[in-house]
Amino acid sequence: MTVAVSILPEQQLAVLNAAYRQAVARKRLRLLLGLVIFAAALFLAAIGAEVNLRTFFAHFGNFISYFDRILTLDSGQRVWTDAGEWLWGWRKWLKMLGETLLISYVGTLIGATFAFALNFFAAENTSPSPWLRFVVRRLLEFARTVPGIVFALIFVIAFGLGPMAGVLAIAIHSTGALGKLFSEIVENADMKPVEGIRSTGASWLSCMRFAVVPQVTAGYASYGLLRFEINVREASVMGFVGAGGIGQELVVAIRKFYYSDVSAILLTIIITVFIIDITTGWLRGRLFGKEART
Amino acid sequence: MTGPRQVDTRALRARYPDVFDRPASARLAVPAMIVAAFAILVYGLVDLDFSPSRFFAGLSQLGWISLMMIPPDPGSSLPVYLKALGETLSIALLGTTLAALFALPVSLLAARNVIPSQILRFPIRRFLDSIRGVDTLIWALVWINVVGLGPFAGVLAIAVSDFGAFGKLFSEAIEGADQKQVEGVRASGGSALHEIRFGLLPQVLPVIAGQVLYFIESNTRSATIIGIVGAGGIGLQLAEQIRVLEWQRVSFLILMILVAVAAIDFISSKLRFAIIGRRAVA
Repeated sequence: MTVAVSILPEQQLAVLNAAYRQAVARKRLRLLLGLVIFAAALFLAAIGAEVNLRTFFAHFGNFISYFDRILTLDSGQRVWTDAGEWLWGWRKWLKMLGETLLISYVGTLIGATFAFALNFFAAENTSPSPWLRFVVRRLLEFARTVPGIVFALIFVIAFGLGPMAGVLAIAIHSTGALGKLFSEIVENADMKPVEGIRSTGASWLSCMRFAVVPQVTAGYASYGLLRFEINVREASVMGFVGAGGIGQELVVAIRKFYYSDVSAILLTIIITVFIIDITTGWLRGRLFGKEART
Repeated sequence: MTGPRQVDTRALRARYPDVFDRPASARLAVPAMIVAAFAILVYGLVDLDFSPSRFFAGLSQLGWISLMMIPPDPGSSLPVYLKALGETLSIALLGTTLAALFALPVSLLAARNVIPSQILRFPIRRFLDSIRGVDTLIWALVWINVVGLGPFAGVLAIAVSDFGAFGKLFSEAIEGADQKQVEGVRASGGSALHEIRFGLLPQVLPVIAGQVLYFIESNTRSATIIGIVGAGGIGLQLAEQIRVLEWQRVSFLILMILVAVAAIDFISSKLRFAIIGRRAVA
C-alpha cells in the first residue's frame, strides 16, 4: 500500500523552509547567548571562590586516600574485619544519637506548635487584618531565612553550651519553614465551610476551629513529619557549634584525625537517617494515603 | 413549611452500627497518639536539661544581645564583608553547576525506564542516598582536610552533597517522562543514545533547569553557613564576629545575608518563569 504525501510547489516550500530555518536560528542564538552569559558568570565565580585546579588535582589523591584512611583501623586492617574495635564507642555514640533525635523531635514539635498558632494570621483567606498578616509573614520569613546554625551560634552564647541551644535554634527555623507551608495549605482550603459557620454567628476562633482545622490537619501532619526528617540531619551538625548531639563527637574525630571513628560515626548517622526516612515515609503513606506522600 | 422530620434513631443505629459505635481502637487512636507525643516531649525536655530558670535567664540574655545589635553597623570592614558575600554567591553557583553536571549521567543510570535492571539500579540509588544522608557541613569538614581551608573546599562540599540530591531528583524526573516519544525514536531505528538524546532529554531538561535554579537559591543559604567550619564565604565572618561578641557587625552581616537571599530568590524565580513557564513551577 502506498500513501500519497502531498508535496507543496517549489516556491512555497522555499519560503516555508526559510522561515523555519530563521526560527531555529533565532532559538539557537538565544541559547548560545544564554550559555555565554552563564559561562561568564561561572568564570567570575571561579575567580571569586579561589578555585585552583592545580591544588585540586594535586590533592585529589588525598580525597580518595582519606576514605582509605577512615576505613582503616589503627592496626592497619580494614574496619569491617574487626567490628568490635571499629565500633568501640557504640554505647556513647548511640546515646549521642538518641540525644540528636530528641533535639530534632522536641525542636520540630515546638516549631510546629508555633507555626500552627501563627499560620492562620499569615494566610490570605483567614487573616483577620492585612497589617497583622504582613507582620507575621515578615517574622516567618526572617525565621526561615536565617540558617538554623546561625541561631544556634547566638543561642549558645545566650543559653550556654548544650542541647537547649540546638533545640531552640531548630524550633525557630522550623517555625519559619512550617509556618509558610501551613499557611499555603490554609490558602488552598475550601472557604464554604467557613462561610457556613460564620453565618451561624460564630467568632473567628470557632470558624478556624470547626471549618479550617478539620480540612488541613492531614497536610499539617505530613509536612511536620517531613520537617522532622530534615531536622534530624540538621541536628546531626548542631554539635559543630556546641549545641548538642552527635556532631560534637564527629567534629572532634575529624579535627583530631581519629580516622576509624569518623567512618564509624558517619555510618551510624547515615543508618539513622535511613531509618528515619523510611519510617516517616511509611507513616505518611499509612496516615494519609498515597497522594499526600509527595 | 414542614419542620424537620422526626428521625427514628434506633433504626439508623441498627442500620449503620459503625457510624454510631466506632470501635474503641479507632476512637482511642488519636488521643493515644497525642498523649504519646506529649510524653516524649516531656521526656525530651527533661533529658536535654531544659529548666525554666535557665530558659528565662537565657531569654533575658538574648534580649540584651538583640538590644546591642541595634543599629547594625559594619564598622570599617564593609569591603571585606562584600567580598565575603561575593565568595558565598560564587560558592553556591559553582557548587550547584558542578553537581548538576555530574549528576545528570548518574541519574540516567538510576532511572527505571533507562536501566530496567534492578541489580544495577539498587546500588546506585543507595549510593546517592548515603551521600544525601551526610550534611553539607560534614562534607565541608572532609574537603577542608583535602584541599585546605578556603572557599574551594566549600564549592566541593556543596557539589558533593547536591550531587546526591540531584541524582535522586533528576532520576525521578526521568522516570516521570512520557515513554511514547522514546518509543517513537526507537521505532524509527534510533540507538539507545538517540532515544535518550531525542526522546528523553527534551522532556526532562526544562524540569531539571528549574530544579537547578531552585537549588542555586537554596544553596545560597547553605553557602552562608559552611564558612562556620572554615570553608569560606560570609559564614566565616559571621562566626568570627559572633565569637568576639561584636553584635552590631553580626546584625549587619545577618541583614546582608537576608538581602542577598531575597535578591537571588527574585532573580531565580524570574529565570524559572522564563525557562519553563508559569505552570511548571511547582
